[in-house]
Amino acid sequence: MSFFTSSSAAGGPIIDFAAAESSLEIAGLSLAYGEKPALRDLTLRIPRHRVTAFIGPSGCGKSTLLRALNRLHDLNEEVVRRGEIRLEGQDIHAPQVDVAELRRRVGMVFQAPNPFPMSIYDNVAFGLRLQGGMRKREMDDTVEWALHSAALWEEVKDRLRASAWTLSGGQQQRLVIARTLAVQPEVLLLDEPASALDPISTLKIEELIRNLKSRLSLVLVTHNMQQAARVSDYTAFLQQGELVEYGPTQTLFTNPRLRRTENYITGRMI
Amino acid sequence: MRTLWRRRGEGPWPWLAAGSVALSLLMLLALLLLLAIRGLGHFWPAEVALVALQDGQPFAGVAVREEQIPGEETRERLYFTGNRDLDGDRWRWVEVSAIADIRHPAELVVLQRSRWGEFHGRLVAVTGGGEHHTGEAAWPALQARLSELDVLRDERDRLRDDVVVPLVRRLDNAGNLADADFRAALAAANARIRELQSAMGDDILILESVDGRRIEQPLDLVLRAWRPNAMSPLDKLGAWAGGVWLFLSEGPRAANSAGGVWPAIFGTVLMVLLMSLVVTPFGVLAGIYLNEVAHQGPLTRLVRIGVRNLAGVPAIVYGVFGLGVFVYGIGGTLDEWFFSESLPSPTFGTGGLLWASLTLALLTLPVVIVATEEGLARVPDHQREGALALGATRMEMLTRVVLPMTLPAMLTGMILAVARAAGEVAPLMLVGVAKLAPQVPVDGDFPFLHLERKFMHLGYHIYDAAFHGDDVQAAMPLVFATALLLVLVILVLNLTAIFLRHHLRARHGAPSRW
Repeated sequence: MSFFTSSSAAGGPIIDFAAAESSLEIAGLSLAYGEKPALRDLTLRIPRHRVTAFIGPSGCGKSTLLRALNRLHDLNEEVVRRGEIRLEGQDIHAPQVDVAELRRRVGMVFQAPNPFPMSIYDNVAFGLRLQGGMRKREMDDTVEWALHSAALWEEVKDRLRASAWTLSGGQQQRLVIARTLAVQPEVLLLDEPASALDPISTLKIEELIRNLKSRLSLVLVTHNMQQAARVSDYTAFLQQGELVEYGPTQTLFTNPRLRRTENYITGRMI
Repeated sequence: MRTLWRRRGEGPWPWLAAGSVALSLLMLLALLLLLAIRGLGHFWPAEVALVALQDGQPFAGVAVREEQIPGEETRERLYFTGNRDLDGDRWRWVEVSAIADIRHPAELVVLQRSRWGEFHGRLVAVTGGGEHHTGEAAWPALQARLSELDVLRDERDRLRDDVVVPLVRRLDNAGNLADADFRAALAAANARIRELQSAMGDDILILESVDGRRIEQPLDLVLRAWRPNAMSPLDKLGAWAGGVWLFLSEGPRAANSAGGVWPAIFGTVLMVLLMSLVVTPFGVLAGIYLNEVAHQGPLTRLVRIGVRNLAGVPAIVYGVFGLGVFVYGIGGTLDEWFFSESLPSPTFGTGGLLWASLTLALLTLPVVIVATEEGLARVPDHQREGALALGATRMEMLTRVVLPMTLPAMLTGMILAVARAAGEVAPLMLVGVAKLAPQVPVDGDFPFLHLERKFMHLGYHIYDAAFHGDDVQAAMPLVFATALLLVLVILVLNLTAIFLRHHLRARHGAPSRW
């Protein structure tokens, strides 16, 4: 069954990855909030160990798509969903799937940093304590490793017991990334992670994203096209719930296939 | 030309707002002052006046108040004269114009007695233990003997409360299977008590009222003695402090019109603690269900409206419910199943500590539920999502992130519940409070906490002393003192919870407002 539309035989506006190189597969996904449709029949594959960016105007469904990937929509009773999402080949909506475990494997970082009202250490250790069975020494080491991975260790190593809310916005966001990394996810979803931060912190987050792709697959939602261009390997352009174009970032930004894409990128339309 | 910088000002609003706060504070302060002055003032050793009338016998008394006789020019003054065994009454109204002379002789004594109340008059002689003291030597001898008696009295009371009563109760329950050891211990305790009694019973005081009548007063019935006219302010302060301490630590005497309120303090605090233990888990769980778990449809909305309306149901209605369902219903059934050998004398089928605590828990449940719901609603969604995004189950998200953030609100609910329950009297009258229950429900007997016993309660004590005493005049100062105490007990309970809440908020790094 052919999922993909192509305007030409070789490399249409939507790129195809082999299942073996994909971390996530989205097949025919449609989603509506009650009567209002949000996503229309989306089909794409997210490649492993790469950074994939979702761009598009406000309300195009990029955040909705992101939140569907770790089943956050389960919390919302109004949401109606059709279609399939597969993580490493397994349907994430299958009845025997443990949602909590899914969310550990597919971590998420939100737009505004949301550290818990606990110490820095406890924030990072939160996920570890959920898994249980870790001794103190091992937990200390993992916390240190996670903070290193999030490029935050040097700044907080002397005040691990301080409240997380004493950190600056950029540090808090890196703390959130650290606590997500601590539970060893396979995929990291980032919903406009730097939009609430100053330019320096933004650059730090972007560098972090680049460094992480060797270990994880990253999906980044951003309204900042320069950021998408700087950081991502592949970019998907969504508009009104539809996948318009999906291809290598360089190509999409310098030589987009569709007029709609070009209009959006050059700012000619919203 | 209109000036550019015309001041608009804020109008009367800041003044109105500040004025309302000031008014409320003033009223609260006035209330506390009234209670303190009339209540605590009772324990201050007042000077005894020796009043000589123009015609008639002199008497000794403490001036209490003065009133204008309606329709006439003269004023009347009320004196507390004590000496109920001599005069038949403890009070005396006297027309001010009929008073010839008022003095305050230093040798007038006031004795507090366990029978017949206070005595005002002179000490003539102290006899006992082979000794006889009169004149100047009588007063010091009295004081020395009183302190010795206190020691003996303490030992006798301790023997009676800690040894005899529990043994008797155990014998009652055991019936014919009584141990020889038990009986021996009981006999020994009783013998010692008799020894003490006879040692105490020896002493006799010869007392004389100011109009010349003499009585013989056994010293073991005398609790305290002082000479108020001869006391320095420091002495009086000491006596005052002693009086307050006795008020707090002793049980009541003379049908609640004298003595202390310790059993009522204990009963009130114990009942409030039990009630909190019951209402907090139920209220919190209900609030969590309504806010986090339930599908937010019309049924949930209906339940929520119902809960809020329950908060408005009058307290006495809860009392009736408690009486019907808890006392007669569940209590009666418990009696049939487990305590049938005691029937028809009810164990749980009558009012008691357990039913009172449960009834008040029902009364305060809506408050706790609402407070919990409000607290949960204030936890931002992004905290919940953050927990879920790390792989937490819903339960883990609730227990590890949401509930710790809600603790301050839940404590607020508990504060409100405690404040309301500690002061409610009407429902308690139906489900478990007693006019007189000097034995508190906690003692050394298994199961240590006796939930079926009736208990005393400060609020009920106020009502009882003010309305059901035979000598309301005498009871009034105690009523005020008890009211002050009740306010202070609630204040202490509230402050504890407020401190706890402040500490929790500070620990979570959230902004903490007192």
